[in-house]
Amino acid sequence: MAGNIWIIAEAWRGQVSEITFELLALGREVAGQAGAPLEAVLLGSNARELAQKLGAADSVLYADNAALADPVPENFATALAQLIKEKQPAAVLVPLTNLSVDVGVVLAAQLGVPFLNYCKDLKAEGGNLTATCVLYGGKMEATVTASAKPAIIGILPGARPVEQGRSDKAATITDVAVTLAAPKVHFKRYLESEAGDVDITQKDFLVAVGRGIQTKDNLDLAEDLAATLGGAVCGSRPVIDQGWLGLSRQVGKSGMLVKPKLYVMLGISGAPEHVEGMKGSQCIIAVNTDAAAPIFNVAHYGVVGDALEVAPALTEKIKARKG
Amino acid sequence: MDLDPVRISLMGLPAWAVLWVLTLGAFGVFGFRAWQLVGLLLKARSENRFDQLGARVMRFVRHVLLQPRLFNEPSIGLAHFLIFWGFVVYVICFNWSLVRGLLPVLPIPYPDEFGPSAFFLDVFAVAVLISLGAAVVRRVFFPPAHLHLSWDANLILSLIGILMLTTLFGGSFRLLGEGKTSSLWTPFSSLVAMVWPTMTSPDAHRWAKAMWWTHMITVLFFLVYLPYSKHLHLLASPFNVFFGNLRPAGDLSIAGGSEDLAAGSAKWNEFTWKQLLSGFSCAECGRCDRACPATNSGFPLEPQQLVQKLKKHSIHAGLAKPNGNGEKLIGDVITEAEIWSCTTCMSCIERCAVLNEQIPIIVQLRRHLVSEGQMAKTVQDALNNFNRYGNSFGKSDRMRAKWTQALGWKVKDARKEEVEYLWFVGDYASFDPRLEESTRKTANVFKAAGMDFGILYEGERNAGNDVRRIGEEGLFEMLRDKNLQAMGKAKYKKIVTTDPHAFNTLKNEYGLEGVEVLHYSEVLDRLATEGKLTFKNKVTGRITYHDPCYLGRYNDIYEPARRVLKAAGAELVEMPRSFSRSYCCGAGGGRIWMEDVEGVKERPAESRVREAAALGVTTLVVACPKDLVMFQDALKTAGLEGKLVIKDVIDLVEEATRQA
Amino acid sequence: MDILVLMKVVPDVVEELEVGSDGKSLDTSFLRTIINERDDHALEQALLLKDKHGGKVTLLTLDAPDIDDVLFTALAKGADRAVKICGVESVQSTQTAVKLFGETIAKTPGLLPVDLILTGVSAIDDLDGLMAAPIAQQLGWPYAGVVTQVALADKTATVIKEFAGGVRGEYEVPTPAVLGIQAAEKPPRYVPVAKVRAAMKSQTIESVDAPAVEAATTVEVQQMAKPQVTGHAEMLEGSPEEVADKICELLAKRGLL
Repeated sequence: MAGNIWIIAEAWRGQVSEITFELLALGREVAGQAGAPLEAVLLGSNARELAQKLGAADSVLYADNAALADPVPENFATALAQLIKEKQPAAVLVPLTNLSVDVGVVLAAQLGVPFLNYCKDLKAEGGNLTATCVLYGGKMEATVTASAKPAIIGILPGARPVEQGRSDKAATITDVAVTLAAPKVHFKRYLESEAGDVDITQKDFLVAVGRGIQTKDNLDLAEDLAATLGGAVCGSRPVIDQGWLGLSRQVGKSGMLVKPKLYVMLGISGAPEHVEGMKGSQCIIAVNTDAAAPIFNVAHYGVVGDALEVAPALTEKIKARKG
Repeated sequence: MDLDPVRISLMGLPAWAVLWVLTLGAFGVFGFRAWQLVGLLLKARSENRFDQLGARVMRFVRHVLLQPRLFNEPSIGLAHFLIFWGFVVYVICFNWSLVRGLLPVLPIPYPDEFGPSAFFLDVFAVAVLISLGAAVVRRVFFPPAHLHLSWDANLILSLIGILMLTTLFGGSFRLLGEGKTSSLWTPFSSLVAMVWPTMTSPDAHRWAKAMWWTHMITVLFFLVYLPYSKHLHLLASPFNVFFGNLRPAGDLSIAGGSEDLAAGSAKWNEFTWKQLLSGFSCAECGRCDRACPATNSGFPLEPQQLVQKLKKHSIHAGLAKPNGNGEKLIGDVITEAEIWSCTTCMSCIERCAVLNEQIPIIVQLRRHLVSEGQMAKTVQDALNNFNRYGNSFGKSDRMRAKWTQALGWKVKDARKEEVEYLWFVGDYASFDPRLEESTRKTANVFKAAGMDFGILYEGERNAGNDVRRIGEEGLFEMLRDKNLQAMGKAKYKKIVTTDPHAFNTLKNEYGLEGVEVLHYSEVLDRLATEGKLTFKNKVTGRITYHDPCYLGRYNDIYEPARRVLKAAGAELVEMPRSFSRSYCCGAGGGRIWMEDVEGVKERPAESRVREAAALGVTTLVVACPKDLVMFQDALKTAGLEGKLVIKDVIDLVEEATRQA
Repeated sequence: MDILVLMKVVPDVVEELEVGSDGKSLDTSFLRTIINERDDHALEQALLLKDKHGGKVTLLTLDAPDIDDVLFTALAKGADRAVKICGVESVQSTQTAVKLFGETIAKTPGLLPVDLILTGVSAIDDLDGLMAAPIAQQLGWPYAGVVTQVALADKTATVIKEFAGGVRGEYEVPTPAVLGIQAAEKPPRYVPVAKVRAAMKSQTIESVDAPAVEAATTVEVQQMAKPQVTGHAEMLEGSPEEVADKICELLAKRGLL
């Protein structure tokens, strides 16, 4: 396959996002199949030290530009478009995060190529790229060939384990220059989530509630369980939208990424957006009335039943054990 | 000596002329007020309450003249009855007296000069005084919850007291003035006369006249004051009763209504005249509040207050200058939270002594809120689900009959095969995983009894009872039309439902002429009576039975489930609140999709399971899928798990009829 | 402030989805469609802006079975005009949809000018692209996606985008612009059935013929299948108490108690 395999590294407020390593791991496999080098592209301003972390790639292109300090997708896309014209990669893997998806779609639009979306797996076979894409909210998977040059592919979080994409190897960094005009869209400021609440990312025990708890009053059952475990309550988007829990308690794509020792899920069916935020938990127990809920494909332990019955029973048993 | 009270001069004028002035003044004010209030009713929306005049007269006799609902609270029932009849006697005699006073040339006596009428006045004076005493003692020392203890009421009671005392004292002075000490016609006045045995005749004459004038002026004042006070009920409620609802309470359409129901009511004149009359008729007795599950649980609704607010607002806004004071009925007067608190359990309607219909008023307000899209997100989700999938669960309508798959046999599709019973299964029984097993038991029991029945499969939609009570009239019509369409394809003789809510709406709101609609408890009762159910393994143990609102109060069906339970072997114990006094589980009227609000004390379902548990029974038996869900949840929150079990009637029947 | 809202319908995943006989697409015989949830939010955001600033909200959509219900519902909610692009078979590709929308917007008299074009940032069937960015590119307008709040002033929209961890970003976008809406500031409003019926009587849906566009070819579906379940939770069975006991056991074994 002519051209390198690129992954777009995502830097988020001074850190390399975990999904970058997932993309590196996936990109490594694809590059191997294609017999092409794996190249990571990092765009930023004074972020060169982050490029050091991308040693899993054969090489790293680092473009430094003051206009890349703020998350303005247009700038990132324009910079990438310039690099793509120059370097002619075969494929560009973009993280499907709220931050990077806009970079990917603007880039594809600028280049006039499709943006291949919802990709959870990718292979290079016989000179073609074959992607497995998740459609219809996870109800179907499509096997798709992408023949655009380059193929811009949005990769879902969780395509590969993060650890697989980390490397101690020193990264081979090439500095590249991009010229950026003033963007049409101006970044003004970050709006932080409300402070003062518990930090759910720091808790070892989380009790997560979803639509299935039915009413706000039933939150008490989850609170009791969380208190007994010594953890906190968090929730999926519907519960946050309902106003039952604050924004700082949201787990998932738009919320927090959590990796507690124990994640108990009450009445959460397992939308991909939520799973994204909690799949790294060490032990996941899901309680749901629907035996066909997709969460049972993610959880370690499953209970088909009423969370409103199981939660208090569990609280009692744990209390009894702890004395 | 002349005892005629108008043959004197007052402030230099002939007394009869003064009486004319006072009378014209009082009747003028009264007439003006009555004209104003009737004017409001004429500006309100139409509603036909002029049909079935015979039935209306019977109602009037029962609820105005005999007042059985007042006797439901014995502490005041007899007292009110006596005051009412005293009032009737005194109204007649007052008018008589007035005519005689205004026209002194008439050759007739005053009522207290004529033996029989004097007797009634005398006896009722005492009866009413004793009743007033009872009323005052109740108000001061034993005030029931939600009785409105107003200054207004005390004033009225005082005025009535004055009328009675002036009669008794007047009677005594008249006796003395006539030179007697007693009369058999006026025994109590005779007793009073013993208090001042030495009074001279001229003094007695003067006192008698003073009493007459005090009496007459008090009545005239009363006449002026009445239509401005809570005692407007005494003028309005007889009409309110006469024009009361004769159709099933479970039908929320408005007969002869000219307006589109779906838009609801947000302004005073968007209610029907009868709904406004309800406000005028409310006596602030608090019977509805005392029965209301929302009020008792601390929800921000008191039916009495709601009706009173509508009354005050309709008078303020209706009589205001064109611009009014800008007070908005919804928001400024009645809050949205109040409107959404109602479970539509019908306790208020069932208790109301003046036969008010509170729920249709609440539903009118809800209809307006819905038309403006103002409702809880959870309700909105439920309505969207009803609209799209025909059920509140948001599950595909194709999954409606999924519960049948585990039966091991096929339930007939009533759209394809003729059946005797069309079983309208309902949402909860079809979709709620906690209820599926009970639904299958019902199917198996029906089958074992040799019943010929079928279901509509995915053709069934939610019947729309709750949707209509949420106020989504258009969606109700849509669901009804779709169900009628599916039912039109089916061949059946009778309908049986699981859910009492569906039962109510199918029976009362679908216009199914000539089709018998039955609740499954009725069908089980029939099967048992016909010997088609054989209770081989009689169940044991003491149980109690909860009357569902929409089966009991709304449709007067209390006995079938009880008979079936007894036939199955259970020992039935009644809860203090049973039959028409049954206490709502809190799920009706769409409340099942709403959040509790801040400040809720004991939820209705918790109160109910505690009531059942206090009887020392093992099982609380229900005949409504929503009850099962509500009470099972309440067991947990009330800490009664393990002490009480919630079962459906069908659970016991199935157990008792199971093959060994 | 005039706003154009682009909407499309997607398969309703409440229903069971099946693969068609070609093995590459959905079986359409039982398929039911529903408005793309995020397009519904885009509509709501447009209506919220209209409530605040006045102006006209126009809907543009691709013809589909039941699309009239969607459009009348939107009209009943307060949209002013509804236009559907007719004469296309079911559009499988987002690229094609982009071209159809882009061409129609550019060529149909009366659709432009507007201050904003709003559409859902994504849809569950967006396999080969998302709509908003390429349409902005075609029009040469600014674009912002994953938007959850929009405030309009003269010639500028201030938008809030959602990132991760509850952090959001505020941007200034000169209008006219195309915004990909993640969620409206409020949940989509409820419109009672009676009002939808009234809209059906009093309002009309305009049709325009689909412009001729080339179908995209660089993304080709080879196969479609229900996802293979790779892992499955170990299921714990029994009464709530029994289940609770089992959970306690395994937590204890893992040293979590």
